[in-house]
Amino acid sequence: MEFERREAPYLAPTASVSSIMLQVLLALIPAALAHVWYFGPGFIFNFIIAAAFCVSGEALMMRARGREPALALSDYSALVTAALLAFALPSLTPWWVTATGALFAVVVAKHLYGGLGFNIFNPAMAGYVVILVAFPMHLNLWVAPRMGDIDYQYLSIFETLRYTLTGSLPDILTFDAVSRATPLDAMQSGLKNARTVAEIQTLPIMGDFGGRGWEWIGNFIAVGGFWLLIRKIIRWQIPVGVGLGLMLPAGIMYLVEPGSHPGPGFHLFSGATLLCAFFIATDPVSAATSPKGRLIYGFGIGFLIYAIRTWGAYADGVAFAVLIMNVAVPAIDYLTQPHIVGHYDGDEDPLEPANDGEAP
Amino acid sequence: MNNNRFMERIKVGLWRDNPGLVQLLGLCPLLAVTSTFVNGLSLGIATLFVLCGSNVLVSATRRWIRPEIRIPIYVLIIASLVTCIELVFKAWFPSLDRSLGIFIPLIVTNCAIVARAEVFASRHPVGASLADGIGMGAGFTLLLAAVGFVRELIGHGTMFAGLDLLFGGEPMPGLVLADGGWLLAILPPGAFFALALAVAGKNVIDRRRVKKNSTAGLGGRLPR
Repeated sequence: MEFERREAPYLAPTASVSSIMLQVLLALIPAALAHVWYFGPGFIFNFIIAAAFCVSGEALMMRARGREPALALSDYSALVTAALLAFALPSLTPWWVTATGALFAVVVAKHLYGGLGFNIFNPAMAGYVVILVAFPMHLNLWVAPRMGDIDYQYLSIFETLRYTLTGSLPDILTFDAVSRATPLDAMQSGLKNARTVAEIQTLPIMGDFGGRGWEWIGNFIAVGGFWLLIRKIIRWQIPVGVGLGLMLPAGIMYLVEPGSHPGPGFHLFSGATLLCAFFIATDPVSAATSPKGRLIYGFGIGFLIYAIRTWGAYADGVAFAVLIMNVAVPAIDYLTQPHIVGHYDGDEDPLEPANDGEAP
Repeated sequence: MNNNRFMERIKVGLWRDNPGLVQLLGLCPLLAVTSTFVNGLSLGIATLFVLCGSNVLVSATRRWIRPEIRIPIYVLIIASLVTCIELVFKAWFPSLDRSLGIFIPLIVTNCAIVARAEVFASRHPVGASLADGIGMGAGFTLLLAAVGFVRELIGHGTMFAGLDLLFGGEPMPGLVLADGGWLLAILPPGAFFALALAVAGKNVIDRRRVKKNSTAGLGGRLPR
């Protein structure tokens, strides 16, 4: 009779890269549907284009590096990158802008650094920053959320597709007719024009906390994020850190000067805060790995988001904040290494014999 | 100094120990002024002249320079030469001087020049030092011009625009291939990307040559 001999760990982990990435994609579906509902079908086109270029870029780079392309394609990480990029893009984005971001994300930010597991920067954010810097005028076309009472010219599916493929609108429409300032843009330019926060929040695009429509997308992102938390795909430290880092300074400034500083609720439900907290900053490769380090990493991102939104030139700073903290990750991990069980710092080490300075 | 060793110094500067590609020295001007071919080329030429002059002077005075204070003396020599070059630019190429701005006086701080003075000129005779200056300077110039060429092509969609800055006369738009370009290439990150790709390209070529030589029986070493 033969016994199966097993060595520790006895409980084999069920998680694999592909199952984790698939669950992340699943968790994004409600938010994606909400995005399509409020901002039109552009999101779908953006995702398809981003996915096509991410996947083909990945296959190309695996070939160039002399590896099996199927190996990288089967883990779905390129699709997660594409999905995050699609969330970052306005629903009206010409295809070449999306393609540039997707290719940069996968080819430069991911594979030139050694592929999945070795990239120091979050690929989706690196790709987004590149197109944000290179094509600033093409990333402004946020349409107004579909809320009924907002005065706005809606585009049909075909008009959206036509814009995505050719970068041109129907002849009778101008860019001004279809695009609206995002809540963050409106807040930033309003404050610059010496209007108070209360005045700006009476604009039709503003909701209870953030922008109308945006708040609901945020809620669905949070739903997906909590599901990931329950599934233990992500840990609580980074989302909490991002929230604290952003809302603490926002809360303090709001209490000090509510006229010129929007409250923490506005910051939480505007722009990409929630997406960042649950999906972007929690990227397992480029984030800090120790529990304490994750808190610090998240807090840093949150604080940087607040700093860029408040004092920076860009309306939202999620991508920059994530990239900056990515650089700090090795230092954070080094400084927050957890103790080895049974070992203590300093003098109270019980494993060392006590030394009172006296000879025994 | 015979012809053979002269050519060897040139080859070392142009390729094997290229100050930009291999030693990664003098990156500040490399990244800052290479937004166009003309800018890169002219700053490269200015650096070339300073490098030759400083190598010759340091080599000629190397017996009298006390090692304790050699670096300040090198900087003094380099600064005098840069001042000469700057005055030449101001006198004959005023528009180029405006276009390159602070980066002409900043040649003083180009560590590639101090490095050559320290590493080579202070230990070799004048002839060899001059050859080293020419080789290293030419290597640096070519790299600046190449990076400038690529960034201009991608960023502005033009080739060789603004040659009038160098040669005078009517403004020359160069070869205009497109109305605009990919903004990122002219921004500072574009310079980092272009340099990184150039370094990667050199490494690829070197590796190919090593492979060829290892099959040809040179033991996997680069031919020198």
